[in-house]
Amino acid sequence: MDAIILQFLNGVDKGAAYALIALGLTLIFGTLGVVNFAHGALFMLGAFCAVTTNTLLTLSQKVKDPSITFFEAYIDQPYLVTWYGDFGQTIINWSVPISLLLAIPVMFLIGTALERGLIRHFYNRPHADQILVTFGLAIVLGEIARTFYGANPLPQPTPEFFRGQVPIGAPFGLDISYPAWRLMYFVVGIAVMFGVFALLQFTRFGMVVRAGMQDRSMVQLLGINIQARFTLIFGLAAAIAGIAGALYTPTLPPNYEMGMEFLVISFVVVVVGGMGSLGGAVLAGFMLGVLEAIVALPAISDIIPGINQVIIYAVAVVVLLTRPRGLMGRKGVMED
Amino acid sequence: MRSTDYLMILIFAAVMLTMPLWGPLIDAGYPDIMQRFAVFGLIAVGFNLLFGLTGYLSFGHAAFLGVGSYTAVWSFKLFTMDVIPAIIASTIMGGVVALILGFVALRRSGIYFSILTLAFAQMMYSLAYSVLTPLTNGETGLQLALDDPRIIDRAMGINPESGLPSTSFLGFGVTSGDNNLLGYWICAVIAILGFYIALRINRSSFGIMLRGIKSNQTRMSYTGLSARPYLITVFVISGMYAGLAGGLLAAVDPLAGAERMYWTASGEIVLMTILGGVGTMFGPILGAGIIKWLEAKLSTFNESVVEHALAFLPDSIEHSISVVVSKFVGEGWHLSLGIIFMLIVIFLPGGVMEGLQRLTRLVGFGKKHSQGDAAVRAPAE
Amino acid sequence: MSKFSRRQVLQGAAATGAALSTPMVLNAASHGYTNDPTKSGKLVFGFNVPQTGPYSEEGKDELRAYELAVEHINGEGDGGMLNTMTVNGEGPALKGNGVLGMKLNYVTGDTQTKSDAARASARKMIENEGVIMFSGGSSSGVAIAVQGLAQEKKVVFMCGLTHSNDTTGKDRKRYGFRHFFNAHMSGAALAPVLKNAMGGERRAYHLTADYTWGWSQEESIKNSTEALGWETVNAVRTPLKTSDFSSFLTPVLNSGADVLVLNHYGKNMVDSLTQAVQLGMRDKMVNGKQLQIVVPLYSRLMAQGAGENVKGIYGSTGWSWQLTDAGSQAFVKSFGTKYGFPPSQAAHTCYVQTLLYANACELAGTFDPAAVIPTLEGMDFDGMGNGPVHYRAEDHQCFKDVLVVKGKDNPSSNFDLLEIVEVTPRAQVEYDTNLYAGDLGPI
Repeated sequence: MDAIILQFLNGVDKGAAYALIALGLTLIFGTLGVVNFAHGALFMLGAFCAVTTNTLLTLSQKVKDPSITFFEAYIDQPYLVTWYGDFGQTIINWSVPISLLLAIPVMFLIGTALERGLIRHFYNRPHADQILVTFGLAIVLGEIARTFYGANPLPQPTPEFFRGQVPIGAPFGLDISYPAWRLMYFVVGIAVMFGVFALLQFTRFGMVVRAGMQDRSMVQLLGINIQARFTLIFGLAAAIAGIAGALYTPTLPPNYEMGMEFLVISFVVVVVGGMGSLGGAVLAGFMLGVLEAIVALPAISDIIPGINQVIIYAVAVVVLLTRPRGLMGRKGVMED
Repeated sequence: MRSTDYLMILIFAAVMLTMPLWGPLIDAGYPDIMQRFAVFGLIAVGFNLLFGLTGYLSFGHAAFLGVGSYTAVWSFKLFTMDVIPAIIASTIMGGVVALILGFVALRRSGIYFSILTLAFAQMMYSLAYSVLTPLTNGETGLQLALDDPRIIDRAMGINPESGLPSTSFLGFGVTSGDNNLLGYWICAVIAILGFYIALRINRSSFGIMLRGIKSNQTRMSYTGLSARPYLITVFVISGMYAGLAGGLLAAVDPLAGAERMYWTASGEIVLMTILGGVGTMFGPILGAGIIKWLEAKLSTFNESVVEHALAFLPDSIEHSISVVVSKFVGEGWHLSLGIIFMLIVIFLPGGVMEGLQRLTRLVGFGKKHSQGDAAVRAPAE
Repeated sequence: MSKFSRRQVLQGAAATGAALSTPMVLNAASHGYTNDPTKSGKLVFGFNVPQTGPYSEEGKDELRAYELAVEHINGEGDGGMLNTMTVNGEGPALKGNGVLGMKLNYVTGDTQTKSDAARASARKMIENEGVIMFSGGSSSGVAIAVQGLAQEKKVVFMCGLTHSNDTTGKDRKRYGFRHFFNAHMSGAALAPVLKNAMGGERRAYHLTADYTWGWSQEESIKNSTEALGWETVNAVRTPLKTSDFSSFLTPVLNSGADVLVLNHYGKNMVDSLTQAVQLGMRDKMVNGKQLQIVVPLYSRLMAQGAGENVKGIYGSTGWSWQLTDAGSQAFVKSFGTKYGFPPSQAAHTCYVQTLLYANACELAGTFDPAAVIPTLEGMDFDGMGNGPVHYRAEDHQCFKDVLVVKGKDNPSSNFDLLEIVEVTPRAQVEYDTNLYAGDLGPI
């Protein structure tokens, strides 16, 4: 029983990442009508925002290393530590949460810049061309990250405060504890999702965007500059991917290929949830994350070895064939 | 078939058959890379039949390639080291898998079709990579072993004196010996055949039907025609091309790994076709050649090569240029590939072929030319 | 298509084929052995390492070591191990003027840590660049795949970092040589140390990278720990591409196991260890004992990747720059002077392999593999780190001392992450040739 609950929590945690990426993807689908193969790369860039923050905070001076005698060797001592001592160390320790200050604006800017500079010119091109150009973009973004940070994974510190385990089973009399950071990721993920729903549901901006999703030309005829709103939406989707990526780094040391790994799955999530459906993306994200984790339980994977690696794709195929529009898809999205 | 079509086949055959002569001029005269030109040219031609004619963008073609390779290696292991049964079997298996996949995936169109093929191919990759390890040897890849049964070979008393056997073609070694070109001739002749068949399909009424599906499927169905059988047929043909290509890869190098089924490998096939010019006859082959050539060349340029090439410049300039250049070659050649690809998609949707046409038109004798290569690029879907 | 043009095509093909195959036949007949440098006038080694993919950092370090070895063989730099090595009791035959009087050149290739790409790159080196020997690795899958090619093309392959028993076991090849140690030796060296540190009654849970190296690593550790009284609870295979191991790790907590063995290397190990620590495994008490983690194959580069998570974790390694023998020090000094940081074990094995091969050519007086291979077989050498080493003729495996290391609690620098717990003498890790039976094949 404990094992099932733990595995469920793993699934929920991973599902939060899937859902956040898929949320952005489906926002872009629904509003701009663009199939963004570079969305995984945006997630990866978000993770590298955390790496960059850490690199900036640990800018170091060279101090002669006394332990090496064969040749002149130096160790790096961060300036923050030189200046502030332990407090500096604490700041470095909190680099991942601090990186959100960088990740959100930077990713928002990257998103809007991409929309203005590239994606906009593909609105009237066929979907195949959109897939192709964003696929190329994904390769380029990944390679740029590799040029700067190399190919190896770069582990990021979990803040000391979140390092322990939370005994979440205690209220129910169960001996189950779960890493605090992963719980935090889940909570932040939910908060971001609610934020996006609230933005679209309760603000004027959201109202216009929703109207644009329904009928773009009608909104334009009403004299509303829907284009400018859509640019912001792309920026917003990029920022969400950025948050998801940056906060995921203590769990998964980022490297330049992580975008490609997450991309295929998040596409599957979007399709299962229904193209252009925000609720569907979130639901499918959590559902597939949990499903993937549960079938990894020894009890199941001993019977059908490797099931955890194919289950997501199998579900996608079944859903698409039985419910062509996904779980919560609307009619008329991406069906031209 | 028009008279220009014969000319095209002749040109293509001449180019392929004389490659060992002109290959060395571009530093590509050795068997491995020439085989790659032929094999990936073949798979791109097959992919182009599907994407170029119907506009259905498959992101899962590498799966058929992998199936073909595994089939061929199993044929070597179980029956005989002769390549003929192996490539026949791999072509059939490519077609069978394509039939199953196509039967499901072709129920949807557009972006859904792309994602379905992507999901299917990833599923097959995962299966090959870990679940079906007894069949595929997982990450290590399927290889020949000393104790393989090789029923037919043993029955006929063909056995290597010692060590592993190598593939053969009617008794002649395909890979053995120094600079043996037999493997290339096999690939080249099959590529020419594949090109010929693709051209015939292109010009047939079946090909016209497929173009009809691309331009307006709804209108076609109003006339009482069901597009589905046509789509499945062309998908299977395209899968057979990929299976055959996979079989050839194994024939010249008897090893099959799951890596060649990963979705980015499918992406590479798409890249080749788009880069060369989708919907044209020569484009996909040209694209395959360009990418495989770049892969072989750019990826081996290390910093010392770059510095050597720039040695004529003053030291300070040389250094700064070589720092910049080295980001785009060697391990960074994928960056160059991505950028080239994006530029092509943005500015030259017809690929290199469109570029060449524009160029010839610019020079002023383009009109005559455009008829030969029916480079009708219409948007997908 | 008309008959005429079809016939034309066939005629053209036949004519070109005939024209082309004639010189090839002559070529092959006049060749004594593949890529004879004295015929082409150029001596080239090929260094085929992963520059991209999960083992790329190891690959880059290997490349540095190769460049250094080429420098030293050509008589540039400070000579490194050429000053300390002895072969069969005598100093190096290399004179610092290249090999057999020919200046040594090299070409590089990217294996991408994939068998396919590695073979393509190696074929290019053999067919196009005319290498007389090639070297490299960082993944046993790749090493085994290209070793087969080496046998087929009759070009010597000096393995770099490859740790699977199969490389010199069931997949051994006449043209392949391995200096690096293997999974069996890791098990033999590690098990007694683990028993001392953790006690004789332990229940182990293995997570294993699902390919040839992982399988043989798991088997070796299982056998050698079970021989000392441990019990193996479960062994789960994880695909090499996995990056999120949490769904594999949580079942460990409920399995009753009190040791977690991570048969992972490179990025896999960094990810799985990071996540195991995050899941609180290091603070967990099972069966009244502290849950322990073991990483059978360690490298300094991985320790750097995993950061402070490696503290106190045991593993084995082939060589460490902290060794104090003259050979290791000479190598560390010239490597450190050139690049500004100490070399990794992968760099060490690649450097040694290149010198050994070049020296064997010099000893044999020819580049002909028919003479060089017997020279390498059964060779005894010293002064290259790890004490006296023997290149066993029957399976082309080197036998030398193995290091058992532990993540240091208070590292003084980025390079000082591992401390040597024990240097396991060669005698303790030797095993019978037929334990992992295979066939070398012909010269």
